[in-house]
Amino acid sequence: MRQIVIRFLVGGAVVSLFAIVGDLLKPKSFAGLYGAAPSIALATLALTVATEGASYAAIEAHSMMAGALAFFAYASFVSCVMMRYKLKALWVTICVMPLWFAVAFGLWSIWLRT
Amino acid sequence: MRVRFDTSALRQTEWHQYAIRFVFGGLITAAAGIIAKQYGPVIGGLLLAFPAIFPAGATLIEKHEKVKKQKAGMSGTVRGRQAASIDAAGAAIGSVGLLIFALLVWEFVSSHRSWIVLLGATAAWWVVSVSIWQIRKRASTIRRKYIRVSS
Repeated sequence: MRQIVIRFLVGGAVVSLFAIVGDLLKPKSFAGLYGAAPSIALATLALTVATEGASYAAIEAHSMMAGALAFFAYASFVSCVMMRYKLKALWVTICVMPLWFAVAFGLWSIWLRT
Repeated sequence: MRVRFDTSALRQTEWHQYAIRFVFGGLITAAAGIIAKQYGPVIGGLLLAFPAIFPAGATLIEKHEKVKKQKAGMSGTVRGRQAASIDAAGAAIGSVGLLIFALLVWEFVSSHRSWIVLLGATAAWWVVSVSIWQIRKRASTIRRKYIRVSS
């Protein structure tokens, strides 16, 4: 339980820090880079190395590559939909979320599954 | 347009919007740990690039732009949507940097000091993302000039 609380606090703090930096930057396309900052990865991998060891963290980083490709597909699709259709950002970003899962788990099943 | 710091966005943001991002960031970090324990590091690792706070960030940008235009007497709906779209395009570029971050950590974390690898991979994320953003910006400037000249 203590581990989970630590992960929650460290993760929340690192994510908030990157989000605030992103808020401060202009133009918006540049600030958007911080939307894909490695905030969750940094918090998780640092704690994983400390508790489970570097080899375990390396396995997580390997499958994170599939997650990053899924993020690219997700963010590109959200950008296209938002530009073309008159839809609210909240609805688009949430409704397109299954695309991230499809790409991430699709890549996992063909590339990472052993 | 030059890259600059603008602190007005901080004044526009309410405390609960920071709280939402803190909670979502914390939850997904905790979930990645729990899932890795339950299903192994391969599945847990996928979540390290999950767009957990992306919806909250995009909604915030849309709202800020809309309010700004409304203060100027315009509707702001279209501008808000465009700003969220541009932000998402930036995140797509950032995700390429995220891929490089993961690649470097995977390759070097077992053989080098972990804090140096994490720091170096974060720096690589930034350099790769900013470089792609710069190339894209210059390409669109050249394209615009070319269109102007040819018309």
